[in-house]
Amino acid sequence: MATAEVDQQKKFKWIGTRPVRPDGLDKVRGRANYGADHALPGMIWGKVLRSPHAHARIVSIDTSKAEAMEGVHAVITAADLPEILSEESKIGEGPTNFRDLSHNVIAREKALYHGHAVAAVAATTSAIAQQALEAIQVEYEVLPHVLEGDDAQAPDAPILHDDLFTKGVEPRPTRPSNVASRTEMGRGDAEAGLAKADHVITRSFRTKAVHQGYIEPHAVVATLGEDGRATVWASSQGHFMIRAYCAKLLGMDQSQIKVIPAEIGGGFGGKTTVYLEPLAIALSGKAGRPVKMVMSREEVFRATGPASATRIELRMGCTKDGKLTGAHARLEYEAGAFPGSPVGAAVMTLFAPYDIDGCLAEGYDIVVNKCKVAAYRAPGAPMAAYAVETVVDELAEKCGIDPIEFRLQNASREGTQSAFGPKFKRIGNIETLEAAKAHPHYSAPLGPNQGRGVASGFWFNGGMQSSATVQVADDGTICVVSGNPDIGGSRASLAMMAAEEFGIDVKLVDPQIADTSVVGFSDLTGGSRVTFATGMAVVDACRDVIRQLRERAASIWGIEVDAVKWSDGAARATNGDAGLEPLSLRDIALKAARTGGPISGRASLTARGVGMAFAVHICDVEVDPETGKVDVVRYTTVQDAGRAIHPSYVEGQMQGGAAQGIGWALNEEYIYDADGKMENPGFLDYRMPVASDLPMIDTVIVEVPNPTHPYGVRGVGEVPIVPPIPAVVNAVHAATGVRITELPLSPPRVLAAMDARRN
Amino acid sequence: MNGSGYEAPRTVEETVTLLQQANGAARVLAGGTDLLAQMKMGMTSPALLIDVKKIPELASIEQTADGGFRIGAAVCGAALAEHAALVAAWPGIVEAARLIGSEQIQGRASLGGNLCNGSPAADSVPALIAAGATCTIAGPGGTRSVAVEDVITAPGKTCLATGELVVDFRLPPRPDGSDARAAKAGDAYLRMIPRSEMDIAIVGAGVSLTLDEAGVCTAARVGLGAVAATPLRVDAAAAALIGTTLDDAALAAAGEAASAAARPIDDKRGTIAYRKQVAGVLTRRAAKIALARAGGNG
Amino acid sequence: MARRHVSTRVNGEPVEFLCEPHQTLLDVLRDELQLTGTKEGCGTGDCGACSVMLDGRLICSCLALAAEVEGAEVRTVEGIASGNELHPLQRHFLEEAALQCGICTPGFLVAAKALLDGNPDPTEREVRFALAGNLCRCTGYDKIIRAVLDSAAELRGEA
Repeated sequence: MATAEVDQQKKFKWIGTRPVRPDGLDKVRGRANYGADHALPGMIWGKVLRSPHAHARIVSIDTSKAEAMEGVHAVITAADLPEILSEESKIGEGPTNFRDLSHNVIAREKALYHGHAVAAVAATTSAIAQQALEAIQVEYEVLPHVLEGDDAQAPDAPILHDDLFTKGVEPRPTRPSNVASRTEMGRGDAEAGLAKADHVITRSFRTKAVHQGYIEPHAVVATLGEDGRATVWASSQGHFMIRAYCAKLLGMDQSQIKVIPAEIGGGFGGKTTVYLEPLAIALSGKAGRPVKMVMSREEVFRATGPASATRIELRMGCTKDGKLTGAHARLEYEAGAFPGSPVGAAVMTLFAPYDIDGCLAEGYDIVVNKCKVAAYRAPGAPMAAYAVETVVDELAEKCGIDPIEFRLQNASREGTQSAFGPKFKRIGNIETLEAAKAHPHYSAPLGPNQGRGVASGFWFNGGMQSSATVQVADDGTICVVSGNPDIGGSRASLAMMAAEEFGIDVKLVDPQIADTSVVGFSDLTGGSRVTFATGMAVVDACRDVIRQLRERAASIWGIEVDAVKWSDGAARATNGDAGLEPLSLRDIALKAARTGGPISGRASLTARGVGMAFAVHICDVEVDPETGKVDVVRYTTVQDAGRAIHPSYVEGQMQGGAAQGIGWALNEEYIYDADGKMENPGFLDYRMPVASDLPMIDTVIVEVPNPTHPYGVRGVGEVPIVPPIPAVVNAVHAATGVRITELPLSPPRVLAAMDARRN
Repeated sequence: MNGSGYEAPRTVEETVTLLQQANGAARVLAGGTDLLAQMKMGMTSPALLIDVKKIPELASIEQTADGGFRIGAAVCGAALAEHAALVAAWPGIVEAARLIGSEQIQGRASLGGNLCNGSPAADSVPALIAAGATCTIAGPGGTRSVAVEDVITAPGKTCLATGELVVDFRLPPRPDGSDARAAKAGDAYLRMIPRSEMDIAIVGAGVSLTLDEAGVCTAARVGLGAVAATPLRVDAAAAALIGTTLDDAALAAAGEAASAAARPIDDKRGTIAYRKQVAGVLTRRAAKIALARAGGNG
Repeated sequence: MARRHVSTRVNGEPVEFLCEPHQTLLDVLRDELQLTGTKEGCGTGDCGACSVMLDGRLICSCLALAAEVEGAEVRTVEGIASGNELHPLQRHFLEEAALQCGICTPGFLVAAKALLDGNPDPTEREVRFALAGNLCRCTGYDKIIRAVLDSAAELRGEA
């Protein structure tokens, strides 16, 4: 167990420095292999036929014409995959039911959204595969569909699942519903708290579905041999997840599937589940050839998992001197076609930055005829923060208190009873607020039509399971093997922690990400957990090796192991035994064959003691009074990273999360027509920020070390997407006087709000 | 029918013959930035693509004897910006063409393609309309000259018959500004997009002006994009500018005329009310920039 | 439709290939020539991951037909370094952590090189607009813009 106390004063050799990442060279030379870059001899191409209806019973599928085409090697439908019983997955991000997952990968009785997979083919070229899709005849009985969470709750709404009864309500409902579940969480008496308040703000907020927008579409190459063994090359946030999910969906043993992780071209939570992988394995089995499948961008938008559209009703109150007394929220999150929105996380995070006398949040998970949502960076939290942080801004304004000062007055801190259960341990909420307040940005003058907004954000961060092995080569260099895809520099941070442990140059450490057959089970790259949890596993594995190195040195010297310590890259005798020169890692490695054989260490653990993360963002906007166009002109992110192992990649997470949040606030949205077809399934009309949309994004890393991590690490990846929406919206309010309660703040919406205020 | 799928003829005549033989199953490939994207999305699948970039007349820019310009229909946006005389005379047209897509798109996208794609939101078209540009259309019956505003007839539709293609655009001569007492001219194009780049215009406005030596506007043309089924020439907005020094009242009147002329739809990119309102704003702003470029008191 | 024979030059080397008449340059680079450094993010010219130089102009290779490059000169990310010596842009991207997942990096390098070849001293604003056709979802662009500006300074001999 890696439970070493953090020595806050300790000077580190590598931690906190900025070496070039070990995988970087291949990435700037175009040599790194991503999901779509793999090819095998004899490989053929798979493609998916997708439903043209938002809700339809599949009466029949005739694949005979497609099968008869020259060059077509396999056609599959749901009938080629086993029927899966309802069972909750133990791994992955967010609740996953294997029966739902199976039905999402390929529709069985019903197509539940436009773009839902109904059949797949594999052919010698992708052009032939495309023609084969067009030759498949599907008879649909079109059913009434429901696209909005509000409509889905109406008494006469079309029901997506006849066996779905709302969980979490008493008495147990007797009629099926599109409301999959109700959850609630709180502390104290919310209504009593609201009754005490001098100011109560009541607001209703709406947000649209948004996509993670990773630039790399989903891609896979799979083989399934006559012996029933499969090999899968895929980019994902977790190859062990792919192995487990494919085994379950295809009725295979996990030992029959080897998943080799490709480089991953962005995920942000969107690659925490399977879409193509089970189909590629099934097609390969039927065709007897390796099968490659790559989604088009349109398929990525239509048929993978965006973040939920939401409706949030919020009441918050404070005394006239600015003490938050009560809060109540009702959160409705669309899950898409199957239950499992992140509303549970939203209910938990909603009020976390604040110490409120009484608060209650109710969450509703609602199914609609749209693609099933997936995790997206701090799943569920940004929409909830939009509501809370803009209402906090309004309360501060009512009280005449500076918005950061208001937050400081009400900030949760070490020992505060959280609404979601535990008392907060050491957290950096106060420290980030203070740093934001002290930043020159916060007091800089503003120009005409400009306004400044601030907002706080919170995220739990993840622990979960990780494994690592550490191998010593006989030249004294180190290979660190772990099982988490590197999505943004984690190889660098793992190598740096190993170099720090051994006291050697980081260049002597080779961090590798191994396939499912080589390294122990590792949960997803997600939940901001890799540098934290996999870092712990690496540190433990290093310490396992260092223990062995000390033993080898002791045996070489003929002294007790307790008399040998490891420091600065060498074993040293602690009792000052005369003439015992320190033995370096290289010295010991060279003698390994004669002192007990190769030296390697391993660790597998469930990481405990997650360090929760807080962030404060400051945003300046300029609003064109005649067109409603909002430009972000200055932006500063302040975040508690615990300790930044490689500060450049911590800053990168802060900047990237801010940019995604700004896009969510200003322009990104899924637009559907009345038939449930997404109207903007491309980067042209799904408007993610481009380089000229953004200013430099300033970063302030606050370090309140997490006492339970050997280097004080807190997860850093997710919390930066939590404050941007309210920071932007509060800034627009400051610039224009309008408070906009529906996203995105597109120019037509902003201009309409400004005109309404002017008239 | 030509079964090759791709041809790169060297002459206009060959192109016309290929188009005629294909009888509607062929598409002209200039920059391809709309056509190949549409093919990728499964919106069209022409049997034959006729690459016209190797035809000298379509791939060149030249100043004509009268001081105007002849711009080949397949010249890419980046090449327009490299032609110093064109940039000096018609900055509004060049900036409109340069707004289309990214630098990557600018390496390919052409005025001919932008026009023949038939989009009501095509950025270069309102600027060309404002300039009074015509295009030369070649076909089986020879060539004809058509005002740019008459080419697009409906979204995705043009007046080109089977066998016809746009060869070039003709821009009239401009007063060169060498004599401080003589007339001067300026043009400008502005568009509203939600981002700063890489979007389709929600509204586009092109304005071209001529001022006399006293700074009074003697001629004006206004083109609007994305506010109707086709790009519009808005004579009422132009009339509000002619005879004035583009004082605030004249600019406001031109803006109101532009808003009144707009007949937009609600769609995923914008609303009717927004488009009408912003059509006026952009017309006003574009007129001020054109005025400044003409040396007026902008 | 018969496959076409195309002779061209890629990264300075003569190359011949067969392609379908409507196959894109991107697909031929990746699937026929195994030059997988050029990435596909959208296939419709909206993300810039497939940026290449064609006869000295920056284009999206997803929006060019392979048949069009007969007799032309194509340069891809694989041709940016001189042998084993990285281009300053590649070095600055590495040293300044201008990549996270790295999928957009080849396109950014090709587009940034095109910018600096034509404009050795761009402003931050010019860099941002010149690279607006390259989407990055990880970095928020900050470190990319800085790396390009620092590369430009080095190439001018100022760093």
